[in-house]
Amino acid sequence: MSTDLRTAVRDALAAEMRRDDRVVLFGEDIAAAGGVFKATPGLSEEFGPERVFDTPISELALAGAAFGCAVSGLRPVVEIMFGDFMALAMDSLINQSAKYWYMSNEQGTAPLVIRCAVGGGGRFGAVHSQTPATWLQGIPGLKIAAPAFPDDARGLIEAAVRDENPVVVLEHKRLYPVTGEVGAAPVAIGSARVVRRGADVTIVSAMRGVHDALGAAETLAASGVEAEVIDLRSLRPLDLATVVESVSRTTRLVAVEEGPQLGGWASGLVGAVAEAALGELDDVWTLTTPDTPIPYSPVLEDAYLPDAGAIASSVLARLSVGGPV
Amino acid sequence: MAKTEGARISDGGSGAGALDLYRAMVRIRAFEDEMQRLFLRGEVHGTVHLYTGQEACAVGVCSALIPGDQVAATYRGHGAALAMGTEPRALAAELMGRSTGVCGGRAGSMNVVDREHGLIGCFGIVGGSIAAATGAALALRRSGGVAVAFFGDGAANHGYFHECLNFASVQRLPVVFVCENNLYGEFTPMAAVTAGGDIRARAAGYAMPAEKVDGNDVATVRAVADRAIDHARRGDGPAFLECLTYRHVGHSKTDPGSYRPPGELQQWLERDPLIVAAAALAEAGVDASEIDDCATAARADVAAEVAAAVSDPYPDPSVPVAEYA
Repeated sequence: MSTDLRTAVRDALAAEMRRDDRVVLFGEDIAAAGGVFKATPGLSEEFGPERVFDTPISELALAGAAFGCAVSGLRPVVEIMFGDFMALAMDSLINQSAKYWYMSNEQGTAPLVIRCAVGGGGRFGAVHSQTPATWLQGIPGLKIAAPAFPDDARGLIEAAVRDENPVVVLEHKRLYPVTGEVGAAPVAIGSARVVRRGADVTIVSAMRGVHDALGAAETLAASGVEAEVIDLRSLRPLDLATVVESVSRTTRLVAVEEGPQLGGWASGLVGAVAEAALGELDDVWTLTTPDTPIPYSPVLEDAYLPDAGAIASSVLARLSVGGPV
Repeated sequence: MAKTEGARISDGGSGAGALDLYRAMVRIRAFEDEMQRLFLRGEVHGTVHLYTGQEACAVGVCSALIPGDQVAATYRGHGAALAMGTEPRALAAELMGRSTGVCGGRAGSMNVVDREHGLIGCFGIVGGSIAAATGAALALRRSGGVAVAFFGDGAANHGYFHECLNFASVQRLPVVFVCENNLYGEFTPMAAVTAGGDIRARAAGYAMPAEKVDGNDVATVRAVADRAIDHARRGDGPAFLECLTYRHVGHSKTDPGSYRPPGELQQWLERDPLIVAAAALAEAGVDASEIDDCATAARADVAAEVAAAVSDPYPDPSVPVAEYA
């Protein structure tokens, strides 16, 4: 069945709620309004106000309540409307939820899910466009899912709800309308997927960047360069093995991230691949954003975000520096 | 000495019940005296926040709970843990970083979890307990249970306080908020940092019954806790207790408490909850020798448990950490 990513999210939540009555949903405007991004319409009608409810605009309380009910027997899925607002939710997530299993000496888990809409390109400005993955990537005990396609959104939400660890699901705003086939196969958090085969260079990205990488691969193919594209699908844990296997064939790796290089997941990935497979590599680099907040003006924002054209140009430039393919 | 098991010790109004409450407080006092001694010997590491002087709050409230209820406490949480039934040996071993600790030595003084006894956690960051209990109440409203949050006067200025009291009230959650007002947030007098000066009134503003009581009189605390817990368990929403109390010691081990005005500590020592409870027992006709014997036995019991913990082994760093699969 083909559907858009927004609907895939909704349908996966509904299916998990039908399967397990411990699953509850709460967040700002998710019930009566069906979510600011319309990812939860109809759920409060189906499951009632005890399981799907609107909350005050209180991210500390939201994340804290998610922790408290998760360690007490529920499986909450909380929507933090924009990923930028995760800054307010991070105490409960980092200091309580992520550490509970370890610090309690495995007495209990904190099986909660936080969904948030992330990413630029929506003309929302610097504090409604960030991707908080790298704020969270260094926290043991957390998982981060980052789907690029509707079927992965479905599978990763299923996996997140069933996971005993706290999981953050990043939903890129520009991907909500993206359509694709949705199946029923499990998607493990921490498993990447090769979405295009190619022999000359490996392009690794996540979320919107995967679509840009696929666009770049088309452009590069016209120039005789065959790019392999890997969709990480999760940013913690990172599926390093799939990337290393790919570069053992292509010998070149570019990691494309919608965010600055310093402290970004792309530079971490590139470093880890170099550490694991330096001898396999002819070239390795990152393509990231300028080191500034995300601009508002469409002209500035478009120039700021790495897109398919930027990826293709970057690959061609590096290949010419690195010699003929 | 029978553990409280998180259950009602007995009716706090009867002579026998009052002696049990007294014994529970003496155990906490004795435990904290032992921890102070062990900290000075270098057996307890980092820092430690003693509950000395506030025993009536934890004992009065926790003795009113029944199995299935849950407590979230603070980094000054030894009293709540012991009042819920945590074994002194396991708690002492935790503070000494031993493998027999209630969290295997992974948590330490500020982060104790003891789910078997209904302690979902002690929270090392001010206000965290408020959110944890609020969330626990989301789960407990399905089972008829009640969640209790302990926190200090300092937390009344935290976002968690305002967000969670509001959240709990609009959701009519079965949670009791217990503010242990010991007049100081770390080193700073409450009056210097708390606008309006009336924490109870803040809670009342969130549309819940709120009482301010003598937190050094265990019978009083128990009586108001009974009312608050019954209110929450009936489904009438959250309730709030402000217990006026005083820590006999500094904020933590590096704090001699020199910011206190002359004579203040002495006034509170005269209102020591152990003295208040012993006087009430005597007035109720309990023999002085029975009161003394009770205290002596309780102290000896705790000392023996702590002494045993001193010989317990340290964790083995070579044991791999289990991820939750």
